[in-house]
Amino acid sequence: MATFPLPLADLLGHWGSYVIYAVIGVAFGMTLESAGFGNSKLLAAQFYFKDMRVFKVMFTAIIVAMTLVFLSSALGLLDYNLIWVPPTYLWPGIVGGLIMGVGFIIGGFCPGTSLVGLATGKIDAVIFVLGVLFGIYMFGETVGNFATFFDSSNMGRFTLPELFNSSYGVVVISIVVVALMLFVVAEKVEGMVNGTPQPGLPGWSKPAAGALVALAAVALIIGQPSSEDRWQSIASESQVKLDERAVQISSAEFIKYRDDTKIKIIPLDVREERYFNQFHLRGAVHVPLDEVQEKARELQFEPANTVFVTMSNDEAAATEAWKILKAESLPNVYILDGGVNAWLKEYASDNLGEEDRVHNRQEDQLAYRFNAATGSRHPAAEPEPDFINLKYEPKIILELKRAPTSGGCG
Amino acid sequence: MNQISRARPYMNPYLAGTLLGIVLFLAFFITGSGLGASGGLNRLLVYVQNEVNPEHIDQVAYLLKMAGGNANPLDSWIVFLTIGTIFGGLISGLIGRRMKFETNKGPQISNGSRWIMAFIGGALMGYGARLARGCTSGQALSGGAVLSVGSWAFMFAVFAGAYALAYFFRKAWN
Repeated sequence: MATFPLPLADLLGHWGSYVIYAVIGVAFGMTLESAGFGNSKLLAAQFYFKDMRVFKVMFTAIIVAMTLVFLSSALGLLDYNLIWVPPTYLWPGIVGGLIMGVGFIIGGFCPGTSLVGLATGKIDAVIFVLGVLFGIYMFGETVGNFATFFDSSNMGRFTLPELFNSSYGVVVISIVVVALMLFVVAEKVEGMVNGTPQPGLPGWSKPAAGALVALAAVALIIGQPSSEDRWQSIASESQVKLDERAVQISSAEFIKYRDDTKIKIIPLDVREERYFNQFHLRGAVHVPLDEVQEKARELQFEPANTVFVTMSNDEAAATEAWKILKAESLPNVYILDGGVNAWLKEYASDNLGEEDRVHNRQEDQLAYRFNAATGSRHPAAEPEPDFINLKYEPKIILELKRAPTSGGCG
Repeated sequence: MNQISRARPYMNPYLAGTLLGIVLFLAFFITGSGLGASGGLNRLLVYVQNEVNPEHIDQVAYLLKMAGGNANPLDSWIVFLTIGTIFGGLISGLIGRRMKFETNKGPQISNGSRWIMAFIGGALMGYGARLARGCTSGQALSGGAVLSVGSWAFMFAVFAGAYALAYFFRKAWN
């Protein structure tokens, strides 16, 4: 898989990388202005069915960008897991959307279009932008009063194919086809409302529409990479790391990072529930192996200074979980060397004697017998060893490249 | 008036949409993030607030995230995208000879009414955009293209809100 997203900050420096964003912004502004979006009267005409430019431009842009994104993802040129998908906060989004709709019909712009209106000397756009700034200011002042609602109905990274329980390819081509049909309807409606013959669809529109459907069909046929495909694409280099034991961190290194306030360490315990109940590390998150892939999407939202450590009784299940998380493009994933059994051997010697050992156990079973479900109340769940004597071979290398943690509105 | 007669017509909306889609795709392809506008305005505002009244920033959790301590609210890609957008509009306006100081409105209302409406509408837009965690660009356009459920729900809500009240504001625009 190609490097994605481009490591702009490494290539151009922290502030230098912003030049790229400025260039993208220029292209964005030019297309908005060329589309007529600097003119509030033309924008508002959408809502009287006189000129459905807003709908046409927006949906053309959405289906073109969507098709290209998922085609690139199918071809392995782009990693959809690392694309910023705005998390779904359903009700704040809907209420905010309704307020914005009202603002649109009263004010005549949306924030992006008002910027190009302002740039081309539209006085109403300048005043609108001042209004936007005032609205943003008021939000900052008042959000504390309804913080619970603001953070409610958080469904995380939730996509339409997941909602409809369908494949990405099917959803993409369906949206393309529906949008194209709606364009034909929009042309007819404009003609009826205005009562005069409209310029209609340009001659190139049919071949262009056909080409777009064809691209969406290609994306559908190839399909989005499965977890197995993703693992295959990184298997050669990742298997080497496993074999060289470059990602299996010692309990001492785990404890050092656990106590480092600059690092957020998330222990992922992938064992069966009965083992987890008997004993687990303080702060461990229980994620059964078959739920790891789903959990990965949620973990993408953790801050960049997070280190994930998978663990099972020995290492077999933890290694499987590691492969899944790596395939899902999660950064900074490690395995607890020797698993929980090695941990107990190291830190529970005062409480667990030879008589508690399980003999003739199978691979990845708990090596000790617990009389009760001690969970994380066991003294070994959060040991405080003598730090001066903590000797280990450091293996964690913090990798800061990760999915963008905020979109265009953060 | 002379300038208006020389103004070049706007681009065909489907062509403009295709170009916008390609720009949006490139934004995703190069950076992993989409486009946006309100976030940049937000940070510019917080920057000014931080200059004027830094103590206040430290009292409001929402502002603290962007400008607390040594955090520079301008140190974000979205700010540069926003500045670029303004320049892009300027360049395109110059090429299309559409630069003109004017107020766009329906013939039945005065400039003053239009300006008051622009301010109120803008304030609603700004407030709603923060509540919805994004505006038409960041949520509807960018989130819609990558199939976020929330972005599609948001998009329908925007159109619903505008269509629901369009009748009452018909004099302002027609």
